[in-house]
Amino acid sequence: MNQTRRERARADARGNPPGVSQPEPASPAPDREHALLLMREMLRIRRFEEKCAELYSAAKIRGFLHLYIGEEAIAVGAIQALEPDDAIVATYREHGHALARGISAASIMAELYGKQEGCSRGRGGSMHIFDAATRFYGGNAIVGGGLPLAVGLALADKMTRQARVTACFFGEGAVAEGEFHESLNLAALWKLPVVFFCENNLYAMGTALKRSESETDLCLKASSYEIPAWPVDGMDVVACEDAARRALLAVRAGDGPCFVEFRTYRFRAHSMYDPQLYRTKEEVEEWKKRDPITTFETLIRAHNLFDDEDLKRLEEEVGAELAKAVEFAEAGTWEPVEELTKFVYSERVR
Amino acid sequence: MTTPAKTVRITYRDAMREAIREALQRDPRVFLMGEDVGRYGGCYAVSKGLLDEFGPERIRDTPLSESAFVGAGIGAAMGGMRPIVEIMTVNFSLLALDQIVNNAATILYMSGGQFNIPLVIRMTTGAGRQLAAQHSHSLEGWYAHIPGIRIVAPATLEDARGMLWTALEDPDPVLIFENGALYNMEGELAVDAGAVDIDKAATRRAGTDVSLITYGGSLGKALAAAAELSGAGVSAEVVDLRTLRPLDTATIIASVTRTHRAVIIDEGWRSGSLSAEISARIMEMAFYELDAPVARVCGAEVPMPYAKHLEDAAAPQPSAIVAAVRGMMAERG
Repeated sequence: MNQTRRERARADARGNPPGVSQPEPASPAPDREHALLLMREMLRIRRFEEKCAELYSAAKIRGFLHLYIGEEAIAVGAIQALEPDDAIVATYREHGHALARGISAASIMAELYGKQEGCSRGRGGSMHIFDAATRFYGGNAIVGGGLPLAVGLALADKMTRQARVTACFFGEGAVAEGEFHESLNLAALWKLPVVFFCENNLYAMGTALKRSESETDLCLKASSYEIPAWPVDGMDVVACEDAARRALLAVRAGDGPCFVEFRTYRFRAHSMYDPQLYRTKEEVEEWKKRDPITTFETLIRAHNLFDDEDLKRLEEEVGAELAKAVEFAEAGTWEPVEELTKFVYSERVR
Repeated sequence: MTTPAKTVRITYRDAMREAIREALQRDPRVFLMGEDVGRYGGCYAVSKGLLDEFGPERIRDTPLSESAFVGAGIGAAMGGMRPIVEIMTVNFSLLALDQIVNNAATILYMSGGQFNIPLVIRMTTGAGRQLAAQHSHSLEGWYAHIPGIRIVAPATLEDARGMLWTALEDPDPVLIFENGALYNMEGELAVDAGAVDIDKAATRRAGTDVSLITYGGSLGKALAAAAELSGAGVSAEVVDLRTLRPLDTATIIASVTRTHRAVIIDEGWRSGSLSAEISARIMEMAFYELDAPVARVCGAEVPMPYAKHLEDAAAPQPSAIVAAVRGMMAERG
């Protein structure tokens, strides 16, 4: 069959990863325990980010702060598909990924406070969350800068024959960077165990995709490197998890990278300094109707998976965890200035 | 009396290849990746033959994607490997500057000490081969500006043979700058030559009247100048920096304290340069030891020209070093 690359990408765009010819039923409801888990994780991120905005206004958090509100389904769904020894490379909008990966809210909050109890000892801040224990390789604040790192982590795994995958999150803005194209090419060329999770929230800071790309079909771009690529509704946590699981399955099979485009929307400003002149309030409100948390709530209520009491309990648990996180950050200490130059280089044993 | 060590006649290029070969043999985590390192044998033939010996897994040809393969080296280093990344020439490394400056140099610090990056990046630098303004610059001084990375410049056969292993054992990123004009340099090297330190500057010639402070491709020129000066009754000491970051300030200051005069020879441009940094440190730490202002012989501030006579004029030459010293000594009074 003489299918063009565009046609193949379009076929994939219907939601069928390679090798799957039958359409899958849309968002089957998960079981109760799993539904509770997904809801809890999304709520943890939502409430955490809301608290961050509040603490930013109170000048407890400084620097740039990029909130993940509206995009929670992606990190929660995608990271469900990862094994504990898989690696993550994320962006500067990575609180959600860090929380979903299991880095404690307390150590993240302490990091945002700049305290030495923070996961990066207060050296990184909001944009540079790192955690060796969960193989979380940052928080990278250079758009596209994390992709080559993810390729390298995957290369190490392949060369040492470890059955691990590296998940690389980035926004659609990164697609305009040379590093995106170089990295996808290298990953596909060497059939590396890396999965590219593109969070397409339609705006690279204030520049709409259609104002920055001659070809706005991101899957087509990935397909041009012979990488299986397909889009998924990034506001549907079940769909996100499902897409990620399929991608991970293919990558673990040793066939090289996959690319998943999560179509989403950021409800808040790009950062705390953004008056949002580039999009209309109506557009934002329209997307908010597809809020991943309320959408999921509707789904699980429709399936009678849990009730008001369950939701109330989840909110209470999430609230208590967050209160403890803030308390921990408040009680945290400042790294002594004498340690300013520590970790510029490793402490060498010679 | 010690028996003289057995030596072998070898070029700088072959010494570098031996270093890579030994590293590949000693540590299964080591691999070489870069443009044309495999089938082509390396742009400057440094890795010639290694593909046959170690196979394409460990001698990896990459696409022309400096940012991706340097970044992949960083990622692989974090993932437990010990990559040697080769960039054809320093000018091309600018395409990977994001990865080197924003990731390699920062991640240990930004992560609060959690992720170190045991990566070695090798690249060719310098003029002398009529390759004009996009293949001949000496930008190692730029890199020496950046905290978080270590910069070394082997100028001798011993260092070409010995610096790589030490660099690979370093827990942090090390950039090795190989001056392209040195690859054909030939001499005797001990058959048992091995790892050398990458912390200290070395005094390549002892002297009492002036310190010629240099590194890399200019070392030979400084030694030639010192020989000529010796005939004129001036005893020049030649200090080879070897490591450009962190600078071995103690050795520099000790030398200047002995000779009371310093000439810095650097193929890099003068403005905002490594030579300016060294001069400033001498001023800060040995001002009262000086019998004359510090002098510098640097590359002319032009994009490197192609024509041979212009290229020669743009780079530091022994005659200019001799002239700088003579001018300094004339003020002796």
